[in-house]
Amino acid sequence: MGMTITEKILAAHAGVDSVEPGEIVDAKLDVIMCHDVTTPPAIDMLEKNGMDSVSDPDRIVVIPDHFVPNKDIASAQLNLRLRKWVKKHGIKKFYDVGRNGVCHVMLPEKGLVKPGETIICADSHTCTHGAFGAFATGVGSTDLAAAIYSGRLWFKVPSSIRVELSGELPEGVCSKDIVLELIRMIGVDGALYEVLELTGDTLPGLSMSARMTITNMAIEAGAKTGIIEPDSVTEEYLKARGVEDYEVVRSDADAQYSRTISIDVSCLEPMVAFPHLPSNGRSVTEIDEGEVEIDQAYLGSCTNGRIEDLRIAASILKGKKIAPGVRMLVVPGSTEVWKQAMSEGLLAIFADAECAVSSTTCGACLGGHMGILGEGEKCISTTNRNFTGRMGHPKSEVYLAGPATVAASAVRGFITDPRRI
Amino acid sequence: MRGKAHVYRRNDINTDEIIPARYMVKFDEREMGKHCLEDLDTDFTAKVTEGDFVVAGHNFGCGSSREHAVWALRGAGVKAVIASSFARIFMRNAINGGFLVIEAPNADEIIKDGDEIEIDPMAGEVRDLTNGKTISFQPMPGFAMEIIESGGLLQYLKNKG
Repeated sequence: MGMTITEKILAAHAGVDSVEPGEIVDAKLDVIMCHDVTTPPAIDMLEKNGMDSVSDPDRIVVIPDHFVPNKDIASAQLNLRLRKWVKKHGIKKFYDVGRNGVCHVMLPEKGLVKPGETIICADSHTCTHGAFGAFATGVGSTDLAAAIYSGRLWFKVPSSIRVELSGELPEGVCSKDIVLELIRMIGVDGALYEVLELTGDTLPGLSMSARMTITNMAIEAGAKTGIIEPDSVTEEYLKARGVEDYEVVRSDADAQYSRTISIDVSCLEPMVAFPHLPSNGRSVTEIDEGEVEIDQAYLGSCTNGRIEDLRIAASILKGKKIAPGVRMLVVPGSTEVWKQAMSEGLLAIFADAECAVSSTTCGACLGGHMGILGEGEKCISTTNRNFTGRMGHPKSEVYLAGPATVAASAVRGFITDPRRI
Repeated sequence: MRGKAHVYRRNDINTDEIIPARYMVKFDEREMGKHCLEDLDTDFTAKVTEGDFVVAGHNFGCGSSREHAVWALRGAGVKAVIASSFARIFMRNAINGGFLVIEAPNADEIIKDGDEIEIDPMAGEVRDLTNGKTISFQPMPGFAMEIIESGGLLQYLKNKG
């Protein structure tokens, strides 16, 4: 019987010929990524258990991103602990403030994601890297500690759902709209314990950035990860980042899937997920002008904080000002994105439109800092979660959308169809 | 084990609701426990006592991978969570930390808020002592039980050498 790309990667890393869904495997890890919130507890556990060693410092990548620059004394202490640990164990792939980024934006930028690899991070959006045909999944701090210590981790081999994307995206519709539609269709537990394997004739037309937006939100459907087989678009991206030695893994023609979901993307409209679940998607055409007035618009995050996303938003904001009473925050996804946006003149466009541009951070996406919402406030955001209290006060509201819809809504002052601007 | 059930007849109770990120600048269990579930139910921490259980619907613990969610529940005194289904990272975190989670479909319909319940993990039974009903569940697979019985994943690794 054939295997899926996921099964093949897990089998290869477990040192066996084949695996089947449901089986527990002990797999070698290629990349173990660490950030400032979930790593200090892992370090603490290792120290308390007398296990404070690192199996292979070269496989560890450390990127503080959540509460940086330090938002308060307590978060400063977390970061301090992380830095001391990095130094103690001689970890070289460490990207501190000023050289950092939202870890999932930065890992591929640095050429640290390769097809066929196993990647973990104590962060649920690790599934982003499945866009490169790697098995990448989010775990907790104990898993991270075990991974740091042993270089391996246990996995229950997941079954896979085949998601066939067909057709070309219409003008003004982006890959965020595809993933919001997918989650609307299957629900926030529609892919529980499973992999969303994306395929179809839409993919060659999607950049790596656009693909990462989709795999990033696989977790919002409960998936263990999202994954896309590498193609020439992947190869070009990797070549530009100096990544050469890797092995491309593909699903067999007779691989088994639990089900197939088809989406004709040529029929899609810009989507907005209403509070308080990412599955509450509605087409913008179903939202009346002025129905949802906004207080804040947020552009950034591991979902839509890459240069392409900033370009889309800037193309709408150029020569305009955001509506009175609205605050728009632009948070480039990495230092590289920030610098690129500066050299392309995008930061000036944002500043002229009266947006606040900050340094890179996960910041307000998870209600950390730099843009927390107050009681009753509404925010349209390019981020990935709109749970109760996600960006601040439990009575605030988050509406998820793509960069064009966010920028257009900031200009109008209410949620609007970006194609009307 | 016996205790009072706190029933939330809701699906998709996410880790942001279990412990909001604003408290994740620390990771002490007791500290986390003081804010457990506060965005879902502001009275929870006042109602819960050591040894109680949380009962909920599908996809409990979805969203962020923060293990702080398990620590917050334990820090608040919760001994186990019984839900129709669990999100996978939360389930991993529970197993790895030796925290009992029980997948029992419709438990949130059978057990009423405030009921006294008894869990027998070996027999795979949850008994509602208030209404006399019994709910069966599939015990955890062997591998997960080994980790739980070792006292968590790190201890399990240490024992293996």
